[in-house]
Amino acid sequence: MSLTRHGAASLATVLALGLTLALPQIGAAGADREGAVPPFVPPPDSAIPDDDLGKVIRLGEHIFHDTRNQAPAFVGNDLRCTNCHLDRGRLGHSAPLWAAYVTYPAYRAKNRHVNTFAERLQGCFRYSMNGKAPPLGDPVLVALESYAAFLAHGAPVGVKLPGQGYPKLTKPKGLDIPHGREVYAAKCALCHGENGAGQASSDGTLVFPPLWGGRSYNWGAGMSSVVNAAGFIKANMPLGQGNSLTDAEAWDVAAYIDSRERPQDPRFTGDLAATRAAHHDSPYDFYGQTVDGVTLGAQSSPAGTVAR
Amino acid sequence: MGLKGGKARIALGGLMVLLAASPACAIDGSEIARNGTQTGAPACAACHGDDGGGSIEGGFPRLAGLSVGYLTHELDSFGDGSRENETMGAIAQALTSDERRAVAAYYAGLPAPKAAEASAPDGAISSRGRNLAETGDWSRGVPACGQCHGPAGQGVGAAFPALAGQPAAYLMAQLSAWKTGTRHNDPLGLMKGIADKLSDQDGAAVSAYYAALPASQVGDSR
Ligand code: HEC
Ligand code: HEC
Ligand code: HEC
Ligand code: HEC
Repeated sequence: MSLTRHGAASLATVLALGLTLALPQIGAAGADREGAVPPFVPPPDSAIPDDDLGKVIRLGEHIFHDTRNQAPAFVGNDLRCTNCHLDRGRLGHSAPLWAAYVTYPAYRAKNRHVNTFAERLQGCFRYSMNGKAPPLGDPVLVALESYAAFLAHGAPVGVKLPGQGYPKLTKPKGLDIPHGREVYAAKCALCHGENGAGQASSDGTLVFPPLWGGRSYNWGAGMSSVVNAAGFIKANMPLGQGNSLTDAEAWDVAAYIDSRERPQDPRFTGDLAATRAAHHDSPYDFYGQTVDGVTLGAQSSPAGTVAR
Repeated sequence: MGLKGGKARIALGGLMVLLAASPACAIDGSEIARNGTQTGAPACAACHGDDGGGSIEGGFPRLAGLSVGYLTHELDSFGDGSRENETMGAIAQALTSDERRAVAAYYAGLPAPKAAEASAPDGAISSRGRNLAETGDWSRGVPACGQCHGPAGQGVGAAFPALAGQPAAYLMAQLSAWKTGTRHNDPLGLMKGIADKLSDQDGAAVSAYYAALPASQVGDSR
């Protein structure tokens, strides 16, 4: 099938390029570790096969890019998958789908059992999209999984590829929220708005996604952990200027946005302190803490606001 | 920063409306557009068209339906030289800041002209242009233009102008102006960073793509 042939060809090309590029580098400049492992390049859109599988792969790409309209029953906010996984899940250091796909099934501390890839996707809807998890086998999950598998075509299985996840920044001595507020006003508010609610064009099309408030990710989402947010922001924000912030700026602005109110954690038991202890027990997590006079999680809008 | 500037501009815009209501200090934006000012600014319409729709032959941009904040910022930029252009530099300097705001508000309130006249470019150029506009080229660190300018090139708020329906030659000239540094008035250097990564072929393709898109009919008072 054309998919297989292409995948094999592109891997061979990448390996060949990697060898010719990496060897002189090592010889000339000593050990360039990043250069030694060639970055994985997912196949281009044009390699999507023209058959029934191809149709489902395209649907998956569509859902990833236009989540709310393509999977309305499962989305409860104004985000799209691609808002946090840039270039439609292709960009390295933006938790790309190709790197994720080859590491599942995996044990996750978040729910303390081995998760299939489909179960991992369910979590994205429940938390990042503040919606409802599509049932296993639902066409939405099948399409997303098919798209991820397509992007991973030719990648080694079970290997943590360079560019997987978000960068893990060196832990700071402390988090400075007032400094984060200044960084936000100077470098983020232009697009995401002073109140973090995002920004639409005058015809109502949402262009810049909300970072906090009732239409953003909820308190159970990976991005509500300052560790993930700092890594994402360092590598990818401001848009088009990734890696322009210092680590301290990335940590502090992440702390600022993750210490504002957002929809409730779907695992909330009614007891804020107990929910914090069970799921948020980290100095990089502000859920249940009081910041700028607000006890976070106490007045949250409801989780999973999908219309039935 | 940028946003505070935006707010200040909006506040001033509001003030203008109040001032315009009192006859003593009335500044009529439409009067400047049609006839220019006593102090030497020519009629804008001579180049930008009676309806503010610009001119494809002259490569003059449309002003109608762009946001007040953006238009004012551009006039200020021509005035202070952060956007270098002989013609518009002299014109902006002949306008007081109140006059700039009045004429910006006038054009922002005009409906964008109907369908763009430029014909859509052919196959290969068109798909390259569309790709840059809708998907970008992340292998070179170029986001999709639509991520900032809106998916239909309709513009967003005061900072991100509409591109749809602008003359291709004009759009091209702006991309070169960022590369050569004669335009350096963009917030956070956002547009400079992108223009630097585009080849001349990229620029031509994406300019042709936007020139052929119909301008959004919705005005923007921000
Ligand atoms: C608000 C931002 C956000 C949105 C929206 C979002 N995600 Fe994620 N996603 C994350 C974060 C944060 C992680 C955790 C990354 C880590 O642990 O390194 C993640 C992880 C993942 C992973 C696992 C990555 C890996 O390498 O293990 C997959 C797969 C995934 N998301 C898919 C999706 C899908 C599909 C959607 C849309 C239904 C979506 N995400 C929406 C932020 C988001
Ligand atoms: C030029 C406009 C722009 C600027 C400036 C900008 N962003 Fe973004 N941001 C975006 C866009 C557009 C996306 C969605 C990316 C996509 O869909 O490909 C995004 C996505 C995000 C996301 C993930 C999605 C969400 O809504 O949670 C976070 C978090 C974020 N930005 C934080 C920041 C921070 C912090 C700054 C300042 C350091 C910043 N951004 C500056 C445009 C911008
Ligand atoms: C002699 C012709 C001419 C006249 C008269 C003229 N303009 Fe211009 N205008 C131009 C040209 C040429 C440009 C493009 C400049 C460049 O390439 O940077 C321009 C650009 C502009 C822009 C920038 C638009 C954008 O999308 O960034 C604004 C705003 C503007 N003119 C306002 C005015 C106003 C207001 C007047 C009347 C007071 C006026 N112009 C009169 C030729 C003219
Ligand atoms: C990260 C955000 C961002 C992205 C992505 C972006 N732009 Fe821009 N662009 C801007 C900003 C901001 C301005 C306005 C600068 C100013 O204040 O004058 C601008 C202005 C422009 C202008 C001048 C318009 C006029 O009326 O003078 C052109 C042309 C342009 N952009 C083309 C593009 C193209 C083509 C792409 C895609 C290849 C693109 N932009 C992507 C932020 C962006």
